[in-house]
Amino acid sequence: MTTTTVTANGLKKTIQSLRIPPVYFFMLAIFVLGVILDQIFARGQMLTPSILVNIIIRSVALGIVAIGQTVVMIGASIDLSVAYTISLTAVLSSFLMQGDPARVPMTVALVFLIGAVVGLVNGLIITKLKVNPFIATLGTGLVIKGALNATFSNFAGEVPASFQTLGYGTIGPVPISVIILVGVAVAGWFILSRTKFGAHLYGVGGNQEVARLSGLRTDRVIIVAHIICSLTAVLTGLFVVSRLRSGAPWIGPDGVYDLESIAATVVGGTALSGGRGGVAGTIAGVLIFGVLDTIFNQLGMDTFLKSVLRGAVIILAVASYTIRSKREAA
Amino acid sequence: MTDEAQIAKTETVAGPQPVLEVRHITKRFPGVLALDDVSIQILPGEVHAVVGENGAGKSTLMKIMVGAYTPDQGTIWFQGEKISFAHPIQAQRAGLSIIYQEFNLLPERTVAQNIYLGREPARLGLVDTQQLNQQAADVLKELGAETFISPTAPLNTLSVAEQQMVEIAKAISFDSKVLIMDEPTAALTVTEVNILKDLVNRLKARGLAIVFISHRLIEVFDLADRITVLKDGRLVDTVQASTVRPSKIVHMMVGREIEHYFPPLATPEEIGPVVLRIKNAANKFLNDINLELRTGEIVGVAGLQGSGRTELAQALFGVNPFRTGEMELNGVQVPIRSPGQAIRKGMGFVTEDRKAEGILPNQPVNDNIMLTVRSMQALLTRVLRNGTRRDPHLVPALAKKVDVRVSSFGRELQYLSGGNQQKVVLAKWLASGAKVFIFDEPTRGIDVEAKASIHEMIRDLTRQGAAVLMISSELPEIIGMSDRIVVMWDGTIIGELPAGSKESEIMLMATGQVAVAEDSQHESAAPVEAREEKA
Repeated sequence: MTTTTVTANGLKKTIQSLRIPPVYFFMLAIFVLGVILDQIFARGQMLTPSILVNIIIRSVALGIVAIGQTVVMIGASIDLSVAYTISLTAVLSSFLMQGDPARVPMTVALVFLIGAVVGLVNGLIITKLKVNPFIATLGTGLVIKGALNATFSNFAGEVPASFQTLGYGTIGPVPISVIILVGVAVAGWFILSRTKFGAHLYGVGGNQEVARLSGLRTDRVIIVAHIICSLTAVLTGLFVVSRLRSGAPWIGPDGVYDLESIAATVVGGTALSGGRGGVAGTIAGVLIFGVLDTIFNQLGMDTFLKSVLRGAVIILAVASYTIRSKREAA
Repeated sequence: MTDEAQIAKTETVAGPQPVLEVRHITKRFPGVLALDDVSIQILPGEVHAVVGENGAGKSTLMKIMVGAYTPDQGTIWFQGEKISFAHPIQAQRAGLSIIYQEFNLLPERTVAQNIYLGREPARLGLVDTQQLNQQAADVLKELGAETFISPTAPLNTLSVAEQQMVEIAKAISFDSKVLIMDEPTAALTVTEVNILKDLVNRLKARGLAIVFISHRLIEVFDLADRITVLKDGRLVDTVQASTVRPSKIVHMMVGREIEHYFPPLATPEEIGPVVLRIKNAANKFLNDINLELRTGEIVGVAGLQGSGRTELAQALFGVNPFRTGEMELNGVQVPIRSPGQAIRKGMGFVTEDRKAEGILPNQPVNDNIMLTVRSMQALLTRVLRNGTRRDPHLVPALAKKVDVRVSSFGRELQYLSGGNQQKVVLAKWLASGAKVFIFDEPTRGIDVEAKASIHEMIRDLTRQGAAVLMISSELPEIIGMSDRIVVMWDGTIIGELPAGSKESEIMLMATGQVAVAEDSQHESAAPVEAREEKA
């Protein structure tokens, strides 16, 4: 009996030393539950490779922008304009490319530049004009939305077939989209945990006064974080338009990328108040949404019920963290 | 002493040159002269304690030293050069570090990341984590803390004392010449204080000058080589710790006249039966609390910051309720577990931090006054602007009673003076029909005239049969108002004194000197001596 407790403790310690964000256990639990439900009530296909890959592919668009959202939220900021930045990118890309592969490089460069400007403006409004990030990014989002709606009323132009490789192509057996998501996740992890910028971002988000007293240029950190976030939104926009072939002004808001990226980040354990969290958790948060959607589809569940359950899962996940951290504090 | 004379003195004295020196510093805040012509020299390798009552100007002086405040007059000299720091980080880089009572650390980050925040060893923008942890380990080793603090431990896994060591490590890593600590022992247990003492001696041996503010005279005498006493923003004296007795320091801290008029104390006939009785009560912050409160009396609660005064008020009012012990209100046992319960039982709590806990600054006067009444009303009761259905003119009547002068009750409270705001807070509790009042620092930040009228009002409450527990860090207020004085120290009520006790008697108790007085003959004479000097 003693040996079993020892090994249990040892296992516990190993898991703790790996520092796996707790959200992964949550994700695993949901997945196992899904498999069981699927076996009982549906066709029992949850464990087939095609469905597993599909879970990841449908997580790519949200995953990329959620990583950007994680960056700003660690800095105790938030970005509500990402959905419109995604629309803007998608519409401009298909409109400018007009199915011509030769225009792709120029267009991609231009949309990334525009994305950087959006992030810069967000950052400047928040740091220099001292507008609350929620309001500031809501404002820039509405400005982009208005400008788009005034210019485009429907799908505009199309991307060349070669560009669609981004969304549908594979390298060997691995979908390119998955490679992109992994690449962005690794880049995000690297920036947050290996660069000076990352260290400073955690400082600014954790306690702005501490950061200031340590001589950090807090404004600059926040601005860079917002530029990174907007660039991930651009990348999501490019990915979405490559899947859809053409962009329309409503695709960003329709995908609810703003609120879902925030929700995935929070479910992944990043604090809304900043200073805590990371990319690994966010990826799990995004995958939880992917797993849920797949379960719902397999079970042929009603759309409204889906929404109710998604909401419930978000609340459940976040509540479990607060209760846990309260217990740790006590 | 003139500037030239002082320079001449430092030059002629054979001893070491001061590493840090402030000369003739004056600092004025709106309505307060925080520092008035203060000069201090800090010598290398010395431990220098700065003591004084709350509001004596200690913290202001520290903040001026490190550039967090700019003095109105006077100069600061550091290592023989005149300096003026625009930002605390400049002072830190120059070798002048400060550790505030509130730590400036990030709980979610590791020890090493905290120590080197903003100065991470990096190549091409990439943090060299190995180097970072190595450097942090080296600094911790210098402090002798390497065995129990790991550079990679997240800060929130450390105890308060360990976190303080991380702060000290951070200061050392800047190659500090002077380390300033604000109340370093306030949050530490006895064993932790001993570890800190060892650390201070170790740093001192390295030639570091340490300046610390403390309220605990025992520790001051344990640690300090020299002691500077401040009083009402003025320098009383700087003395060698080995040449003075604690009672002398206490006398230097409090020796002032009471210049303010207070209403007469309660006559014996006015004092009635016990309304509130606490027996052997304790919670996380307090232990062994025994207290009785009678109608018609004001009991003053004296004690230094961190002695548990505010915690006592919060426990009584159910904010952080007592966990064990008995609480009786009007002879009936009542466990008060929440402020709502306390209000219903007829208690009122005028909080210390008026802005954060007492008022709704951007709500009108009438809503502020009605707050407690409405909290007791049923949810769907009709809300009248100036009263309840039973008493439609409650607000004007109360405003008249507490003498709030305001053009309209619809005016937002933030536009009223501090004194008037405090009167509105009082009206709020009168509206709820409270019979037991707790005042925590009732006159902080209020001008002299309004002070007098608030004191008059508090006395009026007891004349009408209320019982008042008044917490204050201003001893003249405690002495002027209280029919009895209880003194708190280290989370408990350490003793009780009758009305009209001397400041020095209260201070001796409040600094934990009573314990010393009991076991050492010459100390027990201290209050007597102080009284004689005063007379």
